[in-house]
Amino acid sequence: MNEALAQRISDDLLRPVVTTTWKFWLLVAVLGSIVAMGLGTWFYQMYMGFGLTGINMPVYWAFYITNFVFWIGISHAGTLISAILRLVNAGWRRPVTRCAEVITVFALMIGALFPIIHLGRPWLFFWLVPYPSERLIWPNFRSPLVWDFFAINTYLTGSLLFLLLPMIPDFALVRDKTTGWRKKLYSVLALRWQGTTKQWHRLESAMQIMAIAIIPVAVSVHSIVSFDFSMAVVPLWHSTIFAPYFVTGAIFSGIAALILAMATLRKVLHLEEYLHPVHFQNLGKLLLMMSLLWTYFVFAERLTAWYGNEPSEVEALIVTQSGSFAPLYWTMVVCNFVVPFVILSLRKLRTITGCVIASSTVLVGMWLERFLIVVPSLSHKYLPYTWGHYRPRPVEIIITISTFAAMMLLYTLFAKLVPIISIWELKVGEHPVAAGKAAELREHPLWKANP
Amino acid sequence: MKAVYALYSDPDDVQRAVDGLRKAGIADDDITVISSEPIEEYEFSHRHRATWIHWIAGGGGAIGLALGTWLTSFTERAWPIPTGNMPIVAWWPNLIIMFEMTMLGAILATVITLLITARIPARTPKMYDPEVTDGKILVGVENPNEGSVSAIERALMSPGVARLKTIQL
Repeated sequence: MNEALAQRISDDLLRPVVTTTWKFWLLVAVLGSIVAMGLGTWFYQMYMGFGLTGINMPVYWAFYITNFVFWIGISHAGTLISAILRLVNAGWRRPVTRCAEVITVFALMIGALFPIIHLGRPWLFFWLVPYPSERLIWPNFRSPLVWDFFAINTYLTGSLLFLLLPMIPDFALVRDKTTGWRKKLYSVLALRWQGTTKQWHRLESAMQIMAIAIIPVAVSVHSIVSFDFSMAVVPLWHSTIFAPYFVTGAIFSGIAALILAMATLRKVLHLEEYLHPVHFQNLGKLLLMMSLLWTYFVFAERLTAWYGNEPSEVEALIVTQSGSFAPLYWTMVVCNFVVPFVILSLRKLRTITGCVIASSTVLVGMWLERFLIVVPSLSHKYLPYTWGHYRPRPVEIIITISTFAAMMLLYTLFAKLVPIISIWELKVGEHPVAAGKAAELREHPLWKANP
Repeated sequence: MKAVYALYSDPDDVQRAVDGLRKAGIADDDITVISSEPIEEYEFSHRHRATWIHWIAGGGGAIGLALGTWLTSFTERAWPIPTGNMPIVAWWPNLIIMFEMTMLGAILATVITLLITARIPARTPKMYDPEVTDGKILVGVENPNEGSVSAIERALMSPGVARLKTIQL
């Protein structure tokens, strides 16, 4: 490719890594303070006991499990979308993939933290770790919580490797372009990468295999998160469509998170030349499709429950749609269907700003959706004498807010240390297709011998 | 380690240099081409296409499946817990663990194969030039026979060559 163009791409995308402004430190300080506050609150909760939360009979799962499902859903933004776009060789994926893959890794880490927070006594976390023991606590493979352990760890391992492998050539680039401590750091991270034709070929083959493997894993993860609910005989939970319904919701919220992250990076890091409006329009179309699919699942689920007329299910249905949870329910419908549908179905409104507005409402709506799956069913389970109420307490709210700050902080630090757009992949996208080159290649004697 | 290499700007010149080295009697495996991005449009980048990585990934998956099957059924038999009127070895839920272990096996096998076959990280310093980062493409031969150095240099001195270097690491 044109050397001047290669140079410009490298310089543009390395700028955020090598230059640091006071705004960066201010942002890190603000987000770090919120995260520290969340950690302090968590320690306070550990010290004082779980009674500080609003969790009580019969609502034993509330904010923390809502956050767990929400963040695992957000994690579907990255690796799944990136893997699909890699497999279909979509050219517009190149600036998008790394932004997306990072969301997966951090969202999974944050999501996986919530069951531990929810334990109340997190130092007993090792009871969840699969090792045979005479206490007979663990080896129950029929428990969906054990399925979670395997699924989340497989997805986290796969996503981390899927993110890290294509970063090695970019680390080598940073190594060559920097001096001082950065050169030392990136020399280690680059693992003596040279960029031989063999290395490139092996890397691309490995990425193809990983992309094929990671898609079913991603689908399985949110299916298994849905099994945490649907394996229980609780009104509106025990449903056969929960797995695809959860997967759809996860991809839906994941795309929304990706759009927001990309728009922020574009603005803050001045990546206008690399993250074009067409990227947002394409993702906006995907978001619209997922919005319609999500609406279809909600309709199918609600219709079946209503038509079945099973008293406990109908009660949970009524309390959600016209009872005390109705304001949240209809906000969710507006956020997840009305706003995205209006904005994203009209080409004039499907701008970057439009996509950002739709994505913001979708994130709010999807958090509410998770909350409305968890709480109303538990608070109105079967006989009325077991019914109860749930109100979140400050500890739960602060910890929830701090995890959003943690996500932003981790993303900010990552963008500071690693080029947030894969430089080598972007350069490949700029290769001019030489006229007749493919035909010429096919005529080469070695190509004929080893096609 | 000694190396003779040249830097080019145009992949067409790289292809000519690689062909020239072949004519000079240098084996394909001894010719190194280094670039800052994959250049799939040229024959020289397809010299190392043959790989077992797909089969090894499948093998890793099979090992993961076997491990998952053993882990679930062994533990259930060793520590039997009656749960919800389900059999002690319950295959429906076990399938979930077996699936996850299969995919984990395939992923890990892929990554390990990549690291080994692409020699990442290299144990010793290899031929490299930081100008590659700026878009240059390096063609060279590591540890050439003393008798073949001049032939290599002649082959590399095609019209498009930006720089010819001989280095001792």
